[in-house]
Amino acid sequence: MKARISLLLGSLSAALVAFALASPRVVAADKVDPIADAKAFQNFFFQKFPTVKHEDFVNGPYSMNEDMKRQWQEKEEFPPYEFALDAGKEMFATPFKNGKTYADCFPNGGIGVRQNYPYFDEKEGKVVTLELALNRCREANGEAPYSYVKDEMASLTAYMAFTSRGKPMDIKIPDDPRALAAFENGKRYFYTRRGQMNFSCASCHVQSPGERIRAEILAPALGILNAMPIYRSEWSGMGTTTRRFVTCNSQTRAVPLEPQADEYRDVEYFLSYVANGLPISGPGARP
Amino acid sequence: MKRSLPLAMLLALGLAPAARAANEADYKTAYFAAEAASKEAASLRHQWTVTVSALAAAKKAGDGGDFDRAVAAAKQAEALAKASIFQAISEKEAWKAMEIR
Repeated sequence: MKARISLLLGSLSAALVAFALASPRVVAADKVDPIADAKAFQNFFFQKFPTVKHEDFVNGPYSMNEDMKRQWQEKEEFPPYEFALDAGKEMFATPFKNGKTYADCFPNGGIGVRQNYPYFDEKEGKVVTLELALNRCREANGEAPYSYVKDEMASLTAYMAFTSRGKPMDIKIPDDPRALAAFENGKRYFYTRRGQMNFSCASCHVQSPGERIRAEILAPALGILNAMPIYRSEWSGMGTTTRRFVTCNSQTRAVPLEPQADEYRDVEYFLSYVANGLPISGPGARP
Repeated sequence: MKRSLPLAMLLALGLAPAARAANEADYKTAYFAAEAASKEAASLRHQWTVTVSALAAAKKAGDGGDFDRAVAAAKQAEALAKASIFQAISEKEAWKAMEIR
């Protein structure tokens, strides 16, 4: 009888200890912790691809395949995005009808600031992407906004990215519950399966980077936005970050959201934040 | 005996449920059900492109008076929309399983 009671008490104590040990982990997992998320995200890729230099992840599929990398390096001598860079530089310097320019809307005159976008606007309580900031600049100066998926926007962001090449991504999450909620919402969007193909962004870019999907090699999610905007041979032209999200949605047979929808802004915030420290490499070129 | 066989066959054919061609009312019922499910999927931000295409095909066939085709497409659209609603609801929690921690 005594032995049975001690066995029961022993089991109960063991269960209590196990519960006490497990509880803080459950709480930690449910708490929004961008720093821990970014560390885990980066470590996942660093461990999965131990031979890839950390700063090389921003080169997408070229970091995963030596042959492709060599082809790309040769292509970079006459990069296909050069026409967009020239157009973007000219557009950036051309005054609006009121005499002001894009430089008047951005810190440091818009030069070398790509790594700080998107940011969380505490007045608005939402994420502001570079593309959104550019169109807001246009509208504030009496100009019509550009399409978020077409060449003009890609040219402008290409130029701004080019002036920021090599600068480490530096996204801030202010101590504001709305900013944390935006980060969490972006994370949820990234991992949520959608479309008839039942794919999430992570299905391709976390579970299968380096693998082929038809003729293409999938890019790792880490640093995937550092190269934006990109010239895609598949598109025969330039593509913005918005265009990339819209196309990904369509490829999974999900109806894309409207450009600059909260979900797109938030997923850009999430993906950019977890790539903090990795260099801006945009504009990029992809197959 | 020889006479009873054709009679039995006729009787069997007469009792068998006839495959009736769909009419406009059938189409409208199927289309409204599909449209309602599709709207729900869209409100959950989980609409599928194939649902939209099937719904458009149902409308086109219905407008052209091909109600058999219209009903079939509408039923397909409804099934797709319901699958996307299931996806939206299940993914509210299921996404966490894929998260890098």
